[in-house]
Amino acid sequence: MKAVKLRVLSNTQVSERYWHMVVDASNLRETVKPGQFFHIRCTDEYYPFLRRPFSIYRINKQSQTLEFLYLVKGLGTRRLTQVAPGEQVDVFGPLGKGFTVHESWNPILLLARGVGIATLAALAQEAAEKGIRCVAILSARSQNDLLATETLQGFGADVYKVTDEEGTSDVDHVRSLIEQIMLENEIKAAYVCGSKRLSLLLQEIARERQIPAEIALEEHMGCAMGVCFACVCDLQEEDGVKTVRVCREGPVFPLEKVVIS
Amino acid sequence: MIAQKNMEVMIGSLRLKNPIMPASGAFGEDMEEIIDFNRLGAVVPKSITKYPRRGNATPRVCETAAGMINSIGIQSKGIDYYLSKTLPYYTKYETPLISSISADSIDEFAEMSEIIAGHEVVKALELNISCPNLKGNGLAYGMDPQITYDLIRQVRTVTDKPIIAKLTPNVTRIQDIAVAAEEAGADGLTVANTILAMAIDVHTRKPKIGNVMGGISGPAIKPIIVRMIYQVYQATKLPIIGCGGVMNGEDAIEMMLAGATAVQVGTASFIQPTAMFDILEEIEQYMDHYQIEAITEIIGQVITGK
Repeated sequence: MKAVKLRVLSNTQVSERYWHMVVDASNLRETVKPGQFFHIRCTDEYYPFLRRPFSIYRINKQSQTLEFLYLVKGLGTRRLTQVAPGEQVDVFGPLGKGFTVHESWNPILLLARGVGIATLAALAQEAAEKGIRCVAILSARSQNDLLATETLQGFGADVYKVTDEEGTSDVDHVRSLIEQIMLENEIKAAYVCGSKRLSLLLQEIARERQIPAEIALEEHMGCAMGVCFACVCDLQEEDGVKTVRVCREGPVFPLEKVVIS
Repeated sequence: MIAQKNMEVMIGSLRLKNPIMPASGAFGEDMEEIIDFNRLGAVVPKSITKYPRRGNATPRVCETAAGMINSIGIQSKGIDYYLSKTLPYYTKYETPLISSISADSIDEFAEMSEIIAGHEVVKALELNISCPNLKGNGLAYGMDPQITYDLIRQVRTVTDKPIIAKLTPNVTRIQDIAVAAEEAGADGLTVANTILAMAIDVHTRKPKIGNVMGGISGPAIKPIIVRMIYQVYQATKLPIIGCGGVMNGEDAIEMMLAGATAVQVGTASFIQPTAMFDILEEIEQYMDHYQIEAITEIIGQVITGK
């Protein structure tokens, strides 16, 4: 991990609430893994004050670029939308532990809600490179918020879409959908990001089916380098519940261990 | 440019090669990947408690204008881990280690201080007397001059290593606490800890911190801390370590002019992980610009006309 300034190649609005940024990562010597994140300074001023964590959306080794898909939620992300191509962004990373992918885990299930897909898309990309097939369920408030469908399909993923506006995103419906997918595919591992209730659902299903599953957690962060202990979550270990740092021990954790409250 | 700039400062008998060190709670082994600890004046790992602590409820931090509020609750692995893992880790560095201690009673402060100071790698103790005293119904030790005196006095009996009292800014007259610490035998004072603060989400109407209130740090509080350094400098002869809102070299110089001998950097490292080195470079540039040969020349040299 290191702090560097990367040149922005493009920064465009892709839907009502989401933006997509591409940066030149040619001077970033480190390997970036799906599930890892960068801590980005959204402005040079003192407000917004803290950096913001952004997961990697796409890693393009050939063109040496990185992509971020981000939800415009508050002042920090609004400021980030004002960064123009040619300008630089101050990034710190790559940070955290990424996803575990074994080639024998084929096919895999991805379950994402909202901007959670930004994190799982990078995993779909790596899976495609390893010859692993993906089945993805994307959940969002509306059709307009359904992101990355084409990106995922471009990696060969089967994509199922559920939305609040169509009344298809409730837990029961998603459970039926997962069970149908499980019938049609011998899912070997599953990954979730972006929703507590979907994470609880997948935790239950993964336990029932005894398949490995991982979760990428999102959390407000202070330092993002493991020293401030601001971003924590509870893990159920054999000898009791342990409070660990999301930025350092995560943000990807074995789903079975995470205490989802 | 001055050929030989002397950045050395003394905190009691502890010699620092430069006045910049991290603030406890904003520094840890994980930063090794980003910065060379040997370039720092001192290292100050996170406060250690006797027993493991899980820390407070989340959210533990929130952002404010030019600052952040935190209520981490000293998440700690306890003294056994500290002795077996943390202290041995720092033996590979030549930079002096200052151990920050937090305890639930005066006796516990003394007990922990004796154990920790008994280790060769520990060069000084920073007593975090800003945390709530359970026996005093939540009052921080450092809010009461008599308790501060009794606490430092008792720790003084168990170690000859430098004792630095980290004062709380949440008092009416910080100089009274500083004088009590000095009379009890402290070797230095950290001025100060975070300032008690609160922020509310107007949409959910809930506090932005899980623990309702927390301590604010960052540039928003720097003028208050500079004032407190100035007040404490007038009241005691002890070396002061300024702490609170230093973001750049100019901020550090400002604290030294107010009376600080050294300066801790906390939140700035969250914004820029290499902030401490940027600050050191800016201090050197300042020394060049004003032909200052020794950084100690500027301590307390604010011109007030008084």
